[in-house]
Formats: sequence, structure tokens, C-alpha cells
Amino acid sequence: MAESSRLSAARQESRPVRWLLILAALGYLALFLLAPLAAVFAEAFKQGAAAYFKAFEDAEAWHAIRLSLLAMGIAVALNTAFGLTAAWLLGKFDFRGRNLLTSLIDLPFAVSPVISGLIFVLLFGAQGWFGPWLADRDIRLIFATPGIVLATTFVTFPFVARELTPVMLAKGCDQEEAARMLGASGWQTFWRVTLPSVKWGLLYGVILCSARAMGEFGAVSVVSGHIRGETNTLPLHIETLYNEYQFVAAFACASALSLLALVTLALKAFAERRRDLDLNPDLKQETAP
Amino acid sequence: MNRRARSFTLLALLTFALGLQAQNVKLLNVSYDPTRELYQDVNAAFAKQWKAKTGQTVTINQSHGGSGKQARAVIDGLQADVVTLALAGDIDALAEKGGLLPADWQKKLPQNSTPYTSTILFLVRKGNPKGIRDWNDLVRPGIQVIQPNPKTSGGARWNYLAEYGQALRAPGGSDAKAKAYVAAVYRNVPVLDSGARGSTTTFIERGIGDVLVTWENEAFLALEGPAKNKFDIVVPPVSILAEPPVALVEKVAARRGTTAVAKDYLDYLYSDEGQRIVARHHFRPRNEKAASHAFPNLKRFTIDEAFGGWKKAHDVHFKDGGLFDQISIIR
Repeated sequence: MAESSRLSAARQESRPVRWLLILAALGYLALFLLAPLAAVFAEAFKQGAAAYFKAFEDAEAWHAIRLSLLAMGIAVALNTAFGLTAAWLLGKFDFRGRNLLTSLIDLPFAVSPVISGLIFVLLFGAQGWFGPWLADRDIRLIFATPGIVLATTFVTFPFVARELTPVMLAKGCDQEEAARMLGASGWQTFWRVTLPSVKWGLLYGVILCSARAMGEFGAVSVVSGHIRGETNTLPLHIETLYNEYQFVAAFACASALSLLALVTLALKAFAERRRDLDLNPDLKQETAP
Repeated sequence: MNRRARSFTLLALLTFALGLQAQNVKLLNVSYDPTRELYQDVNAAFAKQWKAKTGQTVTINQSHGGSGKQARAVIDGLQADVVTLALAGDIDALAEKGGLLPADWQKKLPQNSTPYTSTILFLVRKGNPKGIRDWNDLVRPGIQVIQPNPKTSGGARWNYLAEYGQALRAPGGSDAKAKAYVAAVYRNVPVLDSGARGSTTTFIERGIGDVLVTWENEAFLALEGPAKNKFDIVVPPVSILAEPPVALVEKVAARRGTTAVAKDYLDYLYSDEGQRIVARHHFRPRNEKAASHAFPNLKRFTIDEAFGGWKKAHDVHFKDGGLFDQISIIR
């Protein structure tokens, strides 16, 4: 009761003030989000739809798209497996070094992507720690597909774990304990109880992870070597095209990437809602008329 | 019996696959920024010629970026069969830091291993509203000069050396005056991009600056691009003779078994056909008869004349703590 009266008191500002604030917020959105997005599509279609679709006939563009999808697929798979394990550990157990593990998971967020790329060059580059050993065995990591996958995985490392841990924590251990009491094995408990209870949170993490993996530029740029048709991912390919004055093609590829982002955003909103409903079933009754 | 037949088939298939691989050969040419369009043409023409000569299909992959950055990548393991960089110093680094080719690499091919030369000119906005004619105009107050960072870009080093060298060689010039001159130029630079192409984009696309100091070929290319009517080229009376060299990365090519085709690829740049392609892309061919159009007339001093060679120029100007670093601090 007290809560709601305070809220309505907060809405006592005069009408012009309210409009001004709304306008400021919308203006900010338009300036920093909508205008750039519109510009990408406007540039892409500047010379008509034919020129737009011609950009996708290029073999190098398709190779870049395939490479980006491959890197994303592997990175997401690895980070999902890791994220699930880590979130399960952090969410269901208390142990020594728990805080350290949490901080370590956040590390790739804190480190600049360029540094992330350089780390791998320092480790696996020809002059790096393991470089000579790898070269003797003719194994190429840096400036080849494995390096791009590594860098992408590193940069997107925290997403799944970060999204899942709070969900796991919120769910507590009651259901698992009940399952164990009823005679379920460890695996059965995980697959039948734990996993279904966090599935929307998991999906949310996977979506965020995919979006970042697809768009990663900095770290991948350092380890790629920029060989067209070989180690250029989609974001790198866009940069290459732009630098070659092929603006329509560059923005066409950029628009494809933006579309993908929009789809991801829609999926994300959906998963987010389901996760929140899952965590807080009361919401369903409140929002229902 | 059956098993033997099967293993025989497998062997035959393997041999076939290996044979197929021998029919296709891949080269990687790691180059600097403004040569993208040039090597696209060279690669297509060379592949055709190599196919006719040997029956082999050669695919040449390209990688472009600031010259220094590219050299760094090759040292770190980027598998370049050949490098075609902006300046000898960057290829020297491959020899010194990477041991990837012999120290005397520049003697392996004719004319200092540079099949084409270039120079540094100005690109200004249409009609030259700020009246930029000569080097001294770059240091006028209020003039914004666009050029890349000499730490990462080979073109920028040529820019720097052209600026320093002309001041040094001007009547009454001295090292002190030249140093003051380049410091003044860099004070007028609002953005230092990491490569020549980045600077071109800053000047042309983002519309920043009054004058772009750049490669001759880069300036001409801009005049052929979508914004051709918005710019003019200004040729100063004197500039530097820029020699962007090429080299076989012997260690990599030997390991990948591409030495023969990589060598032929570099030789091709000196051939009549190669020289014609070079000239078409506004690099100055060594064989002047190959040029289909005239190049601007200006006096070009060499790095040997003004600086006593690359090694010296590098040590004095671009090494950590060198003259460029000193003027950056003043700035």
C-alpha cells in the first residue's frame, strides 16, 4: 500500500516535465540506436535491391558467413557445456574458491578484446611460448580457423555461466533433494530436474553468447591474418569491403549482421520473459487481467 | 584377397587425391594497404599465365593491412609465401626477428627487389580551397593534415621521410629545421590512422581534414572512386622516391613446397605484362615504356641521398625513442 502511494507521488510531476523526459529518452534512443541502424540499411540499398543482393553472390562473402557460423557454433557449444557445469557448481554448492571462480569467469568481460587476441598470439604465435613446438608438428592455430574459434570462445566465455548462475541460485536445491530421496541417480536428477528448471535461462545465455560470437571483431582481427576467403569472418569481411570502397557490399553484409542481431533480440526478449515467469510464477497472475 | 583389393583401392584413391592437390597450389601474398586492387589484377593474370605454362591451378590469397602490422603478423606465424610490403625496413624485420629469409634478401631480385616505385603527393578538396601547393603549406596554422601513424604504416613512414627530407634538402635546411618542420606538420594532424587506407577513408568518407598526404597510387585511385569529382591532386615540386619492395619468404615457401611458383610470381611483376598492370594501377613501372599514361613530373630524392639508407633512417627516426617519438612527445 505504502509502496503504491509512493509511486503515484513520484508521478506528480507536471505534464510538460513528463513529456520533456519522455522526449529526451526517445530522442536518445533514436540518436544512438535507430539512426545508425537505419543508416546501415539506407547505405545498403543506396543503389537498389539488385546491387544489394549482388553483394551476396560473392564467394568470399559466403566463406566469411560460413566461417562466422562455424566459429559461433563451436564457441557456443563449448561455452554452453562449460557454462552449465560452472553455473551448477556455483548455484548448487558452496565451496572454497567459489568467489575466485566467479571472478575468473568474468575475466573475458574485463579484458579488452584486442588483448584477448594478443594473448593467443603470445601463446601460439611463431614467436610465442608454444609456437616452435606447434611449428615442428606443422600445427597452425594462429592465422587459421582454430585461432579464430579459440578467440571467439574466449571472448564469449562468460555469457552462459553468467546468465545461468543466478537462475540456479534462485531455484535452490529442494527439488534436487526430493529427486534424490525418491531414488533418482545423479544424472537423472540433472537431466530431469535441474536442466528443465533452468532451460529458459540457458536459452537466454546461449542467445547472448551467439550474438556476441557472431559479431566479435577485435580479438578475431588480431588472430585472423585477414586472408580473404580463408580467415576473414563476416565482421572482418565488412571492414575489408569498406576499405576497398565497396560501400554497398559492405553495408549489405552489415545489414545481414544487423538482421541477425534483430532476430536474436526478439528471441532474447522471448526467452527473458519465459525465464522471469519461470522464476516468479506470481508474475503470470499479476499480468493476467 | 578382398582386403588386399580394398587397400589397393584406398591407396589408388589416396594417390589420386595427392595428385589433385599437386594440381592445385595456393600462395599467400601478405601486402600493405593500397595494393589491394593492384594484386587482384596481378593474381588473375598470373594464374592464367601459370596455368598455360604448367597446367597447374594457382590460387593466390591476399592479406592487406598497415605494412608494419603485416610484417608483425608474418613474424608471428602468418604463412606468407611472398611479402609485398611498403618498405624495406619491414622485410628486414622478417629477417632479423623471424629468421624467415636471408639478410641480403634485397639483392635477390632486380632493382633493390622493387618492381615498381611510387612517391608521396597531396590530395585536396575540389578547387583547392586552402591553396595548398607545397610542403610549407602543411604547417600553416589551421590546416588539418591527414596521414597515418608511422609506427604501424609503411606509407606513413614514407610521408614522414618525404616531409623531413624535403625540409632537410631545402636551401638553408638543417636537421634542426627539418625536425621542427615535421613536428609542426604532426601538430596539424587531427587523427593518426593505422594504415594508409584508413587515412584515405578518414579524408574522403568522413570528410575530415584539408589535405591528405598519401601515396601517388592511392591519390589516383581516390580520383577513380565514387567521389572522384570532389578532389584534386596537388603535386609538390619535390618529393621522395618510394620503393616498396617484394620478397620470397624462403622459410615458409620451402616448407610449403611453393618456392618455384612463388619465385615465378615475383618475377612476373617485372615482366612486360606485369609492368603494364602495375602502371595501370598508378604505380610507376621500372620499365617506363609499360606505362600507358604519363605520371606527374616532380623531382624525387632517394632515401640514400637524404638519409643514408633505410637502416640509418630507421634507427634515427622510427626506433623506440627515435625522432618520431620525440616529436610525438612535444606534440
